[in-house]
Amino acid sequence: MEEVLLARWQFAITTVYHFLFVPLTLGLSVLVAVMETMYVRTGNETYKTMTKFWGKLFLVNFIMGVVTGIVQEFHFGMNWAEYSRFMGDIFGAPLALEALSAFFLESTFLGLWIFGWDRLSKKMHAACMWLVAFGSNLSAFWILVANSFMQSPVGYALRNGRVELTDFIQVITNPYVWGQFPHTILGGLVTAGVFVTAISAYYLLKKRHLPVFKPSIKIGLACMLVSTLLVMGTGHLQAQFLAAKQPMKMAAMEALWESSDPAPFAIAVVVDEQNKKNSFEIGIPGALSFLAYNKFSGEIKGINELQAAAEKKYGPGNYTPNITQSFWTFRIMVLSGLWMMLMAALGAFFFYKKQLEENPFILKLLLWSLPFPYIANSTGWILTEGGRQPWIVVGLQKVSEGVSTNVTSTEIWISMIGFTVLYGALAAVAIYLVHKFIMIGPMDEKPVLSVLTKKKEATLWN
Amino acid sequence: MELNILWFILVGVLFTGFFFLEGFDYGVGMLLPFIGKNDVERRIVINTIGPFWDGNEVWMITAGGALFAAFPHVYATMFSGFYMALFLMLVALILRGVAIEFRSKDESFKWRSTWDWMIFIGSTLPALLWGVVVTNLIQGIPINSKMQYAGTFFDLLSPYTLVGGVAFLLVFLFHGALFLTLRVEGELIERSRKAAVKIGLLAALVFLSLVGLTYTNTDLFKSELASSALWGAVVIFVAGYVLLWLKRFGWAFAMSGLAIAFTTIAFFSGLFPRIMVSSLNPTWSLTIYNAASSAYTLKIMSFAALALVPIVLAYQGWTYWVFRKRVTTKKLEY
Repeated sequence: MEEVLLARWQFAITTVYHFLFVPLTLGLSVLVAVMETMYVRTGNETYKTMTKFWGKLFLVNFIMGVVTGIVQEFHFGMNWAEYSRFMGDIFGAPLALEALSAFFLESTFLGLWIFGWDRLSKKMHAACMWLVAFGSNLSAFWILVANSFMQSPVGYALRNGRVELTDFIQVITNPYVWGQFPHTILGGLVTAGVFVTAISAYYLLKKRHLPVFKPSIKIGLACMLVSTLLVMGTGHLQAQFLAAKQPMKMAAMEALWESSDPAPFAIAVVVDEQNKKNSFEIGIPGALSFLAYNKFSGEIKGINELQAAAEKKYGPGNYTPNITQSFWTFRIMVLSGLWMMLMAALGAFFFYKKQLEENPFILKLLLWSLPFPYIANSTGWILTEGGRQPWIVVGLQKVSEGVSTNVTSTEIWISMIGFTVLYGALAAVAIYLVHKFIMIGPMDEKPVLSVLTKKKEATLWN
Repeated sequence: MELNILWFILVGVLFTGFFFLEGFDYGVGMLLPFIGKNDVERRIVINTIGPFWDGNEVWMITAGGALFAAFPHVYATMFSGFYMALFLMLVALILRGVAIEFRSKDESFKWRSTWDWMIFIGSTLPALLWGVVVTNLIQGIPINSKMQYAGTFFDLLSPYTLVGGVAFLLVFLFHGALFLTLRVEGELIERSRKAAVKIGLLAALVFLSLVGLTYTNTDLFKSELASSALWGAVVIFVAGYVLLWLKRFGWAFAMSGLAIAFTTIAFFSGLFPRIMVSSLNPTWSLTIYNAASSAYTLKIMSFAALALVPIVLAYQGWTYWVFRKRVTTKKLEY
């Protein structure tokens, strides 16, 4: 049992850490491509400076996503071998397709982009960044196809003691993925929008490099405004889909113990998981039914009824995810989203009125909004994956059945501590670098080669 | 052709591409602190693989993904069985990736020197470990009747597999040194050539011991294709060394690459139709049949691979064309 818990912790650390970097890659690749396209279209050197400045931050973030992504791919086999055997027929295909269609694309064209400034035509060079953006967002699609199957299996048959693919089209048109994919892509754009806006706000506050950061904040705010609205919309559709397809996750994130019609939307609760009730609760009557069905009536199934139904179907056991976690991660995600939407609206309003630069209060608010996309991205995934418990593949395999049987807890401890220390150190380095680049600001081209003295080199390297 | 066989070949092709391409990347990474005597030279050495290394690494990721998709039992047994080896490899690959990206981002001597050694370690360890992994596959590891690896990390280390690791490492070093002779200028060419001359001799010796031990420790030579491919690799490697003496660097590099490809082909055809050999009981080996995905999945994946691989080859090939010129001090990106 200890191995299961450790493997889960390790997966949580690996995934959450990986996904700190991925959304920014998804969104910022698009914004950098937009900036470079503006440069190509107008010939205005300011846009080139912008492209290079944001591109530099993009690269630091990108490489962190890449190296943690390799761990992600290896982990399914290392810690979750039984899952891999059970699911390989379905799960391996999108993973291989991700590598073939997306990873090759983004890595190859990013190499061209980094080193190709003088070797490619302007148009071709901008096209490279568009291909990077396309590749990374396409990779999100494939991995979400795989994840969606785990949430809501389709197009399969149980044969030979495993799930086997029977309809590939069904797997890639899984309604679940078409809820998740837009929400994730838009989450990436929100992250990039906030990132660009917040850092630009810093420069506007300091009144440094205004010609670069006025257009930057415009792009950032525009991206933020559109994508926060849309991300909310897609999130809403996803929740409605959950109400139909994953009622337990829905009930868990609302801490709704008893089935209700109409169901209230709880604003805050204190969950008493042992006695299967909420010891404190305030909510808006009927609001949950409205969110789920667009009308103030309609039954939402409660946890207790769903637990009983699951026991009847799958045998005795606990089929209830962690309620407190599901409830609060959902609310933290939504509140972060609302905050960012508000900030986008405020920022855009003052920008439109041409008063943003003179308003340090708003600029500071924008700057301090930087953590929110990260909080929303992480809590969103903790909700999605935590709400699936105890299943690793809903209805088909439990998490405890998916873990590698021949890997010892000592081995997991070693690798978990190893990765965690390494991740911590690298996070510090990445933050140091991003901070440093922000302090230096965009520069004119200067040789990056160092100023080392010949003497020092000679003594140490010969 | 039966799809199981097609996928065995495709996985083989992916590993061949991976060893060929990452082979020189690893080699260059290992040579970095020795060939580059000062900061400018080190930058030049890194830039020889700068635009390519990440795309090359995707060959490994794709090979892993292809194993998962086509032979999930192999993926599960191998990755859980080689747990500690893969953990070390992942740490190395993480360090290497960030080091290549981060080293130029700060100007202090200590910063750059630290990351350079990370690149060195991050290239050495995977090169060594892949050799250990591949030789273990054919020598056989304790796989039980439930397809589970029933040994420990130290069971993976035997004289044969260690020679395998060192052989991979040295051949990649040779390959990388030859790659450098084609990509750098001036004094660095001579330095790379000298390195290749020294390493090549050692690599040839260890490689020959690997061939000998493969004969005594495995059944690879039972396959005619495998034995001719392995002998072919030996001959090609020696030819590469002779061409190096004649200073025909382009041809020498082609030969070291071909030798790597032939070696990979030899190991794969020696394994066929097995992918992982069980040392406990031959019938417990994982084969292209008992470890495979369903016929339907293999069919879907075949269409996808046959459509996508040529496109990937085309644009990766184009990248090498774009950056065909030698890296000079005049225009040094990064």
